[in-house]
Amino acid sequence: MPKVLIIAEHDGESLNPSIPKCVSCAREIDGATIEIAVFAKSGDAVAAEAAAVEGVNRVLMVENDANAHALAAVLAPQVAALADGYTHIFGPSTTFGKDLMPRVAALLDVNQLSDIMEVLGPRSFKRPIYAGNAIITVDVPDGIMIVATVRTASYQAAGIGGSAAIEKVAIDAELPSHTRFVGVQIGKSDRPDLQTAAKVVSGGRALGSSENFEIIFKLADAIGAAVGASRAAVDAGYVPNELQVGQTGKIIAPDLYVAIGISGAIQHLTGIKDAGTIVAINKDEEAPIFEVADFGLVADLFKAVPEMTETVSK
Amino acid sequence: MKKILVGLKRAVDYNVRVRVNSSGTGVETEGVKMSINPFDEIALEEALRIKEAGNAEEIIVVSVGVPEAQQQLRTGLAMGADRAILVTTDEQLQPLAVAKILRELVNRESIDLVILGKQTIDGDNNQTGQMLAGLWGRPQATFASKVELDGATAKVTREVDAGLETIEIDLPAVITADLRLNEPRYVKLPDIMKAKKKPLDEIALADLGIDVGQSLAPSAYAPPEERSRGVMVGGVAELVEALKGKGLL
Ligand SMILES: Cc1cc2nc3c(=O)[nH]c(=O)nc-3n(C[C@H](O)[C@H](O)[C@H](O)COP(=O)(O)OP(=O)(O)OC[C@H]3O[C@@H](n4cnc5c(N)ncnc54)[C@H](O)[C@@H]3O)c2cc1C
Ligand SMILES: Nc1ncnc2c1ncn2[C@@H]1O[C@H](COP(=O)(O)O)[C@@H](O)[C@H]1O
Repeated sequence: MPKVLIIAEHDGESLNPSIPKCVSCAREIDGATIEIAVFAKSGDAVAAEAAAVEGVNRVLMVENDANAHALAAVLAPQVAALADGYTHIFGPSTTFGKDLMPRVAALLDVNQLSDIMEVLGPRSFKRPIYAGNAIITVDVPDGIMIVATVRTASYQAAGIGGSAAIEKVAIDAELPSHTRFVGVQIGKSDRPDLQTAAKVVSGGRALGSSENFEIIFKLADAIGAAVGASRAAVDAGYVPNELQVGQTGKIIAPDLYVAIGISGAIQHLTGIKDAGTIVAINKDEEAPIFEVADFGLVADLFKAVPEMTETVSK
Repeated sequence: MKKILVGLKRAVDYNVRVRVNSSGTGVETEGVKMSINPFDEIALEEALRIKEAGNAEEIIVVSVGVPEAQQQLRTGLAMGADRAILVTTDEQLQPLAVAKILRELVNRESIDLVILGKQTIDGDNNQTGQMLAGLWGRPQATFASKVELDGATAKVTREVDAGLETIEIDLPAVITADLRLNEPRYVKLPDIMKAKKKPLDEIALADLGIDVGQSLAPSAYAPPEERSRGVMVGGVAELVEALKGKGLL
């Protein structure tokens, strides 16, 4: 029978929203037993959250001071030591999962599948390549452990209401000291989180400066949206890197995505393919973004955006 | 530190709009422009800057792939790498296989630092560096946007979902380059001429004497579901009305 182990991403206090989405992916595997492993310094709060996700059968908690920060080189040997008995090991396709899962796969001497977007069978999956311009089917031969990341934008979060057992596990693996956490600069904001927000307003190169980008923030605040950006806007320093949407930034699936002064390069579009409704505001009626927009407005953003903020604030 | 190894993959140029072929067995590659995977140019640029700062002696660029990957290696040599190794194979190798090959070269060449791209824009795997570091039992600093070397250690700033994380790693190690690590230089004509004289060794994969293991080859290729063009609205008021109508505002 399939037995799936999901590696929990967390910040020491709460479970990352990507994990209930991984659970939804795992639930598509018929008859699968689903377990979550929490590696932490002290994991009670995170484990309790994981145990409450619907569909989870058991939570394993591995507490160790070395697990205070998620370092792939430290976590991978522990995950590999837990792997025995599982048919699948999943992580989210976040920077946490992308950093960790290939290292786990290498230690287990198996290939890794990136970005599962659909489960066709216990050993058959779909995933995007070429910035989403091709979707491939991958069938993993029997007898090979499946190590994969789950494209979280393809899945709704599993509900809350489960009550899985939590078990403490001690792992006997040699942990390296060659990799040390120094610090993290977290983009603090009271706005909704870009990766989970129902609405996102993004700005591109056309904004021209970080001061001008304020009009994007104002519109976002007026409609309760998270803020995103194109690579060009991030490269130019208008906003920090964690706001980048696209092939090499965040892949998101909000109900509403508003692209402002963004041309619609394939690398950007691949990040918003799964959005419910796409709105584009661009002064160039030929901009490729209009080919995928549900609603397009040809206008100067410096007029249209403040006007929109005012209209919705009324 | 003496030697840096940089992986350069030959990949479809990022400006090409890739399409699945009509038989669903792959993507159209006939007549398509091929380039160095963009992240790998950034990886090489970083290695060059480290060498120019006096912190490395030799930069070796390596590519695993078809004989035509020579072109990408020549470009790498023109950018400033000292020599190149092409491991030839007609097979579409997956990251684990590439990592095993790189692991072997790291051994043979006594490499101190490996810099790869964070991901190839064809397979979008984002795995090889992490796998190499795992096989090698050495540190990995993925998605790097800043690298500061200090003797036998390096401080690396990484672009993570939450913001910017800094870790310290002991060398030897593997670093993978993110977009904002640097801006790669352009090659100049005299450099292209000079690069023709730099050594480029070809090794057939079979002669490397390593088992690259099983592969997870795709069984089918399909085009993505296309989003269709919607409607154009005449102004902001109409847009807001339309979004309200759909319950989005
Ligand atoms: C390896 C690689 C990875 C990449 N990854 C990503 C990624 O993850 N995410 C990403 O976004 N990009 C990515 N890119 C970059 C991508 O190719 C584009 O360069 C980028 O998305 C362009 O950003 P932009 O649309 O803001 O800028 P531009 O393409 O310059 O577009 C600006 C738009 O603003 C419009 N405009 C100008 N002034 C006004 C005005 N006053 N009012 C209204 N509209 C106006 C213009 O008509 C134009 O359409 C990547 C590229 C590479 C090579
Ligand atoms: N065939 C290859 N030849 C040389 N380098 C490669 C090859 N495949 C992958 N790499 C390196 O590994 C990085 C990550 O690739 P991937 O894991 O396939 O996304 C690339 O950016 C390259 O630096």
